[in-house]
Amino acid sequence: MQISMVNRKRNSWISNSVKEKLIHGFFFINGIISVFVLIGIFALLVFTSFPAFSEINMKEFLFGLEWNPTSYVKEVYGIVPMLVSTLMVTLGALIMAIPLGVGTAAYLSDVARPSTREIAKPIIEILAGIPSVVIGFLGIVLVGPIIAKIFGTHNGLNALNGSILLAVMALPTIISISEDALNNVPNSYNQASLALGATKWQTVIKVKIPAALSGIIAACMLGMGRAIGETMTVLMATGCAPAMPESILGPVRTLTSSIAIELGEVAYNTTHYYALFALGLVLFIITFLVNMTSDIILHKYEKVNR
Amino acid sequence: MKKYIRNLALLVGVISCLTSNVFAQEMLQIKGSDTLINLVQRLAEEYMEKNPEKYIAVTGGGSGTGIAALINKKCDIANASRLMKTEEIEQATNNGIKVNRVVVAIDGLSVITNGNNSITQLTVDEIGKIFRGEITNWSEVGGANMSITLYGRQSNSGTFVFFRDDILKGDYSQKMNRMNGNAQIVEAIKQDRSGIGYVGVGYVKEATGLNVLKVATSPDGIYTSPLNSADVKSGKYPIARPLNQYINGTPTGAVKDFLTFELSFEGQEKVEEQGFFAIGKEYEDLNKQSGL
Repeated sequence: MQISMVNRKRNSWISNSVKEKLIHGFFFINGIISVFVLIGIFALLVFTSFPAFSEINMKEFLFGLEWNPTSYVKEVYGIVPMLVSTLMVTLGALIMAIPLGVGTAAYLSDVARPSTREIAKPIIEILAGIPSVVIGFLGIVLVGPIIAKIFGTHNGLNALNGSILLAVMALPTIISISEDALNNVPNSYNQASLALGATKWQTVIKVKIPAALSGIIAACMLGMGRAIGETMTVLMATGCAPAMPESILGPVRTLTSSIAIELGEVAYNTTHYYALFALGLVLFIITFLVNMTSDIILHKYEKVNR
Repeated sequence: MKKYIRNLALLVGVISCLTSNVFAQEMLQIKGSDTLINLVQRLAEEYMEKNPEKYIAVTGGGSGTGIAALINKKCDIANASRLMKTEEIEQATNNGIKVNRVVVAIDGLSVITNGNNSITQLTVDEIGKIFRGEITNWSEVGGANMSITLYGRQSNSGTFVFFRDDILKGDYSQKMNRMNGNAQIVEAIKQDRSGIGYVGVGYVKEATGLNVLKVATSPDGIYTSPLNSADVKSGKYPIARPLNQYINGTPTGAVKDFLTFELSFEGQEKVEEQGFFAIGKEYEDLNKQSGL
């Protein structure tokens, strides 16, 4: 045994220490690449959106209430209606998806029989694989008419429709990761709680979910990231009227749909072109802030937990 | 499973690379207007059936997208339901492209409402006011007391630009829903009693549950329908427009061959089959000047 190992060592054409270093380097490069890609994207967005502000007033851009870069009369660039739209649709989606998602996760990890879980979990994961254009289509032909009937509106192409669809799209992420987090709670917590006379319901709500909170928050943040960045679904189902949204039952136009609509036809290197990159930058900053906030929450929580 | 899918994707990628190299010479790229896409696709299918060695790819994206592609040399023919803007022509010239226009069909741009709406005719002026957001209730044009919901296209659409420049002569209401294509507007109007929208006539010939409005230039003028081919061809219908294809320079080779087919008696028959109208003498002359 020992002899053969020595032989193998001698036979290999590079020594183990070099191999070790190569592997180390390989993983280091892998790690650093994503950092460079991120910095590269950020730099590209900043440099390409910068020229926009030679012609657009920064104040008008950030606080303007109208966006119409292809106007017949006068171009205006104001992002407030799109910001409001994006926030409205995303928050609506989270309000629906978080209770449902965490509830489903708790059911799967603590209530469901193993055989039920075996069937339910893959089905939920398949939900994540449905193309967004299909979900958008369902929004037009199915969810829209239902909303119109329930609320007595003329049509169902509105923020609520977008929220419902985005909630459906965020659900698999939230369920999957929350369930993992709940499963990772040490079994001793469960046993201790039950031994103290707590019911199963009390154990799940007061012990397991708080113990798994960091994972659940991460799940919700990832779901939110999906909802903010989703384009095709909201493009199809929310009406996309550029006016300032008036209610959850009115049409909205998110940052992503504006970029998708206008980037295809914009003439290169015009103010409009640069302004669209500025929209992208705003979107980037929003997702960055979301991620950072979730990170801070997680760290704080971890400290308390110790 | 994942690996299998990845391998499959790789295989498809490799094959498409190889074949695109082989057929690069014969492959014709046509891109642009969503109003024209069904028609040109139909024409291309017919043409390919007759010439199996030729290959034509037709994609949509809107007139603006097609024209941008022509300027950037990414397609051979740009479908456009509007005319090229002067800035676009300038850009093309700077890129070394000599813009040449061919008219393949006539469209009676149709203004549509839900089948349950009592309004069946409007003047051009009223339509303009409705889409500019100056008229917001159907009762103002003699209908029921119901707020108007506007459905239009997105800014990359040639129909969007044509309707704005020729009918509105001003900006669309900011409250207009921006739909992703003609078919989506038809679908939305079918479901929305308060809706009004505009689409190419090819999309309403077979549709049910819609009113295709008769339009007149003035209240005491004659109201004509885009479904009446004689009125559209004679120009009595006020929102008729030519559907264009833009090419680079005088047509030669495969481009010329396909365009000739489109303008042939057989091609124009297909145009009428798809719900649009064959071109008249005026545009035939224009096409001759373009080298066809």
